[in-house]
Amino acid sequence: MTTLDRTEALDLSALAPGSVTADPRPSYQGWIVHQTKLIEVATALRDQHGFDLLSSVTGVDYFPDSMEVVYHAYRTVGGPGLVFKVQLPRQDPMEVPSITPVWPGAEFQEREIWDLFGIRFAGHPDLRRILMWEGFEGHPLRKDWREPFYEEDCKPLKSRWPEGYYASAEDKTVYKDNLQFPANFDPEKAVFDGEASLYGALAKYTTVHAGLKTDHVVLNLGPQHPSTHGVFRAAVVLDGETIVGLKPVMGYLHRNHEKIGERNTFLQNMPYTDRLDYFNSMSSNWGYSLAVERLMGVQPPERAEYLRVIMAELSRIQNHLILIGMLLNDLGAYFTPALYAFEERELILDIFEAASGSRMMCNYHRFGGVARDLPDGVLEKIRGLVQERLPRKVDEFERLLTENEILVSRLRGVPVIDGEDAVRYSITGPVLRAAGVPYDVRRAQPYGIYDRFEFDVALRQHGDLYDNYLIRVDEIRQSLRILQQAVKQMPDGPIIAGKPQYQVRVPAGEAYGRIEAPKGELGYYVVSTGKPNPWRYHVRAPSFINITALEKMCVGQKIADFVAILGVIDIVLGELDR
Amino acid sequence: MTEPKLNAPGYEIPGDLEHAVSITTLDRLYNWGRRSSVWPMMFGLACCAIEMIAAQASRYDLARFGMEVMRPSPRQSDLMIVAGTVTKKMLPNIVRLYNQMPEPKYVVAMGACAAGGGPFKEGYNVVAGVDKFIPVDVYIPGCPPTPQALTAGLIKLQEKIDRQSIRNVRWYQKGADAVEIPVPVLGPDLMDPRRFAEIKQLAAQTAARQTGAPEAPAGEA
Amino acid sequence: MYGKGILKGLSVTLKRFIDTYLDDIVWWGRRYFKPEGIAHRSSKNARGIFTVQYPEEKLPLPEEFRYVPFLVYDDAGDGGRQIRCTSCGICAKVCPPQCIWIVRTNDPKTGRPVPEPADFFIDADICMNCGFCAEYCPFDAIIMDHDYEIASYQRNVFNMQQLLKPASYYRNIRPLNYQRNEQERQAKMAAKAAKAEAAS
Repeated sequence: MTTLDRTEALDLSALAPGSVTADPRPSYQGWIVHQTKLIEVATALRDQHGFDLLSSVTGVDYFPDSMEVVYHAYRTVGGPGLVFKVQLPRQDPMEVPSITPVWPGAEFQEREIWDLFGIRFAGHPDLRRILMWEGFEGHPLRKDWREPFYEEDCKPLKSRWPEGYYASAEDKTVYKDNLQFPANFDPEKAVFDGEASLYGALAKYTTVHAGLKTDHVVLNLGPQHPSTHGVFRAAVVLDGETIVGLKPVMGYLHRNHEKIGERNTFLQNMPYTDRLDYFNSMSSNWGYSLAVERLMGVQPPERAEYLRVIMAELSRIQNHLILIGMLLNDLGAYFTPALYAFEERELILDIFEAASGSRMMCNYHRFGGVARDLPDGVLEKIRGLVQERLPRKVDEFERLLTENEILVSRLRGVPVIDGEDAVRYSITGPVLRAAGVPYDVRRAQPYGIYDRFEFDVALRQHGDLYDNYLIRVDEIRQSLRILQQAVKQMPDGPIIAGKPQYQVRVPAGEAYGRIEAPKGELGYYVVSTGKPNPWRYHVRAPSFINITALEKMCVGQKIADFVAILGVIDIVLGELDR
Repeated sequence: MTEPKLNAPGYEIPGDLEHAVSITTLDRLYNWGRRSSVWPMMFGLACCAIEMIAAQASRYDLARFGMEVMRPSPRQSDLMIVAGTVTKKMLPNIVRLYNQMPEPKYVVAMGACAAGGGPFKEGYNVVAGVDKFIPVDVYIPGCPPTPQALTAGLIKLQEKIDRQSIRNVRWYQKGADAVEIPVPVLGPDLMDPRRFAEIKQLAAQTAARQTGAPEAPAGEA
Repeated sequence: MYGKGILKGLSVTLKRFIDTYLDDIVWWGRRYFKPEGIAHRSSKNARGIFTVQYPEEKLPLPEEFRYVPFLVYDDAGDGGRQIRCTSCGICAKVCPPQCIWIVRTNDPKTGRPVPEPADFFIDADICMNCGFCAEYCPFDAIIMDHDYEIASYQRNVFNMQQLLKPASYYRNIRPLNYQRNEQERQAKMAAKAAKAEAAS
């Protein structure tokens, strides 16, 4: 297992002497860059040192002294990454230069930092709140901002034991509900139009045809819509059927994972990671346990590593099957391919249920291994699926769909995004590989035991919708290859390092654990101060970041193509909104 | 499928005529028609939506209960299965959709989040239970409820429909067919129009309390 | 030939359609409402009609399946209940959404805690079915239930009386776990008895 190393030959302090220093805190990596030199250093990193993929931009509130903006950058040729930070004194107004001129993929992430921390970004194209609504009071992830149901800074709560008389949380608040308002607030007199800034941002699109100014139609797609991606809304400006402008609106499923994550202990966060990408709880668990195990310095035993790989690859297969089924649903083939996909998924979920106890919210990983071993007969079931049934069914699926003329005419030739733009917009996962960039975290920076398996990184060249569909089938085949090897090689032995315990000691430090989730690169940035609960818990969600380029992908296409493009990016609202 | 008891009790029908003759009441007939063709609205918010779709898929076929038609439009559906966490940002849309559904309409709170806030209850953007705004008929706990649990909950809903009577249902009484719930507004926090006066009063009270010492901020260095 | 892809796809659907009849014929009489039929429809050889007709046919749940937890009591001879829970509070501390409330009381005579909960609440409308309470209970006193038919017409907050279920029920739903924990308890009691003998 490789750790996040400082790249050896790279001494950032040479780039801007005096403004870049190594991070002195124990168990912290990376560099602290002064904000005046941020753009210069970033441009040098991207152009001269090859760090073309900006993986994550996030904020941390080191109450009461400072706030930080943390950047993680990687090279698409692979290898360990680079983390650098900008520190600010913690007093309003706080401003940092926006990094979107260098890496446009940071756009939504910087909006999120503004929304949740209150740090402004100078030069940002459209700095509005993204997860909360315009008009919301406060910046929630600040340490001195308390949510209405606040009881204590860290769980476990004293009100539950030993004097645990049942009391509903509503009764303990002023407003008898999960609400807080500014002092002397008068709801009858206040006027709110949160949508004004959204439609204002869209209003700039008009066309002039032969001297006639033409207005366009603004159409809201979602949040309630027939496609099943979840509560996602896109405000689209249409010229006839062609999309002229698009603004995604999210936050309809913002469930405050990160704030709750700061109140939870490290172990209590594990079931919450299930609910991020709720299709692939086995993968979501892995990223988090990777980050915390890095801080703790524990290594899972062999059998646990194999179990993790088996579960993650099974999860990838069922995710891609569902994706193809739902894409076909959106295209109009209601509901046949989806039903066939659901049938295989049910058999895989039976395995998850037998091994972990639940079909979807598996809660299977623990720090240092997995929670339960496979019961008798489950390995046989996995073998049966992986060696006999699934390869046959994938072939059948391909026979059903791949050459279908309607599918081909709808998908082939509709461009999604090309390779260079995809890297600039921080897109990862199958969408990036369909555009011709062979970046897969399992090869770029192998985690677990992926370096032992023989498999190919699925790659397609054209980057259109059809390639995005084909690459999912390719990836299912590669996952089956990995599974066949893993099932043969899995040894016996313990499934967790050390004794299972609920009070884990996590030393102070920061860690960024990232994995190749079926939807893209899923990363967890965890900062610990040695206490039972994390100081900062951030999820680098591939769905959220892949959507950054949605406007670029859709402008110029027809509205019907928008549905297909959104389907193929593979978003899940649980991790998009967190 | 649970056999609807179409026959009114107390009337004995000879065995060989049982499949051809039924002596029933208007209530039973009416309810039998309604409970056997409830059309759910495709209203998945979060993870529970996936189990709802799985319940609709081939293994736990909901079409056997007459619920095969899942309409995304509220105008054409009878049942709103609130599947997933209800957030404050989404709530005005949920209430608006509920208002747009024609009578008779039912609401099933599927999963812990819709029933009572679930594991995200303490979140600042989460509404602790959809029954704070719209009336819920059946609560199905679980996180997520398995498709079999959802089906069990829907059977409970069918039993509830069986117990209704034409004499008492709201849509046949004099007066408004449906009760329109005022749509909440997103301000500094979610504002329920039915509680405006109360919010104003409580906000004034907190202001009066705060004119003393300011609240000490939380946080460890 | 244009249309070849569509015809290929239609042949797949036709094959599956024919399979529904073929499989019914091959498994005549055994396919529906029988456990072996249900097992066949959940196996790698499943083909044809995939539906498991709840509520007449219920899919067997694996042992590890977790839904809302319940408290275990042993039968205490004279018809009374020996509740295993000692109100140590570990489940309440480890529960991620904090949906467990335990009331522990002190014995008025000795001042020490009574090893039984005075009251115990679980809010099933908050419970996320993660299983941590059952995983970290040192006394095997709280176990994840298999019963998923708990839909109701009102909110579900369970108090101790609603949560208590006998150890025989536990043995029925989780035989392997029950056996393993019984062995551990016997071993602990034997070790305690051996220590007491060595001391005397």
